[in-house]
Amino acid sequence: MGYAIQAEGLAKRYGETRALDGVDLEVPQGRLLGVLGPNGAGKTTVVRILATLVRPDGGRAHVAGFDVVRQAHQVRTLIGLTGQYAAVDETLTGAENLVMIGRLLGLTRAEARRRAGRLLGRFALGEAGGRAAKTYSGGMRRRLDLAASLVGRPQVLFLDEPTTGLDPRSRTELWGVVRGLQDEGVTVLLTTQYLEEADQLANDIVVFDHGKVIASGTPDGLKAAAGGQVLEVRPIEAAHLDLVRRVVADVLDVTPEVSQGQVTAPVRDPAAVPAIVRRLDDLDVLAAELSLRRASLDEVFLALTGHRADVPDEAGEEQNAGAAA
Amino acid sequence: MTTITHTTRAVATSSRPGAGAALRHTATLAWRSLVQIKHNPMELIDLSVQPIMFLLLFTYVFGGAIAGSTGDYLQFALPGLVAQNMLFASMTTAVGLNVDITKGVFDRLRSLPISRSAPLAGRIVADTLKQVWAFALFLGLGLVLGFRVHTGIAGVLGALALLLTFALAMSWTAVLAGVTAASMEKVQILMFSLMMPITFTSNAFVATDTMPSWLQKWVEVNPVSHLADAVRGLLGGGPVAPDATVSLLWAAGIVVVFAPLAVRAFRNRT
Repeated sequence: MGYAIQAEGLAKRYGETRALDGVDLEVPQGRLLGVLGPNGAGKTTVVRILATLVRPDGGRAHVAGFDVVRQAHQVRTLIGLTGQYAAVDETLTGAENLVMIGRLLGLTRAEARRRAGRLLGRFALGEAGGRAAKTYSGGMRRRLDLAASLVGRPQVLFLDEPTTGLDPRSRTELWGVVRGLQDEGVTVLLTTQYLEEADQLANDIVVFDHGKVIASGTPDGLKAAAGGQVLEVRPIEAAHLDLVRRVVADVLDVTPEVSQGQVTAPVRDPAAVPAIVRRLDDLDVLAAELSLRRASLDEVFLALTGHRADVPDEAGEEQNAGAAA
Repeated sequence: MTTITHTTRAVATSSRPGAGAALRHTATLAWRSLVQIKHNPMELIDLSVQPIMFLLLFTYVFGGAIAGSTGDYLQFALPGLVAQNMLFASMTTAVGLNVDITKGVFDRLRSLPISRSAPLAGRIVADTLKQVWAFALFLGLGLVLGFRVHTGIAGVLGALALLLTFALAMSWTAVLAGVTAASMEKVQILMFSLMMPITFTSNAFVATDTMPSWLQKWVEVNPVSHLADAVRGLLGGGPVAPDATVSLLWAAGIVVVFAPLAVRAFRNRT
């Protein structure tokens, strides 16, 4: 069989909000699909439907060949889920959290303990295993949460913004763990707000906006389409701003954005940057700042959709929508 | 790092876990709620402080004023205190449930191939065991202070059974509150501001005929009054059937009204 996850026309509304508006997804076995999008784009809703927590209003989805609505129980035997919040019982120790899941999955007490011990070791929680989870740092909680989703040896793993709120070091550690799972052939669907994260981990990427897939492809393809890098030029004298804008527009053949004393434009070919520097030099324009950086998700969005990823505070939004419905 | 090989988990042949599996899942989740006491004996003290404090305060502070003697008052008030404590304790289900839902633990449990009712049932089983502990504590301390059981073990077990039945009915309101409230603090405030007046406007602590007549009308209807009187009968002797019947009717009524609301709210939230 080819696809570990297949979804067709998934739709879900919460009141007036269309959280999902006809989403198609296909993830071949053993691949990692990155679902990229701003808050409120519908990423969490799609995970909740595929993980059998929420029924779709429309469309169909299969995970490992089972229908997520009619064969929800079979789907649950094959998946692991790590949500946006580290879903661990804080009053239990790390080990007890994992033993509990093992017991619920039908392992004997001894098996559940062995499995918990091995997972704790793998996630560098061996020493902390006997401590209550409420004493853990954010990174440790996420690792424990991920370990909990692996107790059942899932074939398909859902990671819903697994690194949101983590410091860079914990993020890199978690990436390492996810890569290890990929090597073992686990199919992963990972949602993220970070282009870099999708770029680092994903075989394929889909971009969500307002409950729809607006772009899909490989990370390289997507970046090429969106303009992989961004040039920012800030002249020392604000009066030169328009001059800078014209030079950048001319060399890069794009319409730059001017705001807060700086000119910003997507760059497809970094070789064009020296030309801009020379032109500005000829015009005696001094730049206080001239930098080339990776396109942010916001800019990918702007390039793909023509509008900014403008949903302000949605970490809570999808969650609340789910709660209120 | 240890390598963990991913072998295909056997796919369950039946679409839902059977009754045996459901019991096992419930037991595991009840264990989960109780094991915290092992690490943190303070939990047990939390559970015990209110019974001990109320029993001592009511007996020695109000006893003389209300009944003329602390001994007489203890005999009268202990069943009322037991009923009140049971109602308060039934609300801990709401808090625990709310924490599970807001922290995402509930989603994790629901993504597992386990009985759908086990997360709720496990919590309620654990909370019921805590109720048994509180009842035993009340009775034990009461006996030390001079409370007398005139009926014997059957009466004690009967009182416990009646109280637990009522507590289980009340847990539907706890489920409703736990599922619908936005945060644990709101659950606690809501529960406290409901339970405090309901338990005090009863005959749990003072005789009904000392109250104004408009209040008496409510006190006579209040299930807490009937529960307290039934427990008085079951422990101290005297008529039991009329008050026990009214208590059970109340319990049934609460289930009929709140169980469907709770189930609906539960489905919507989760």
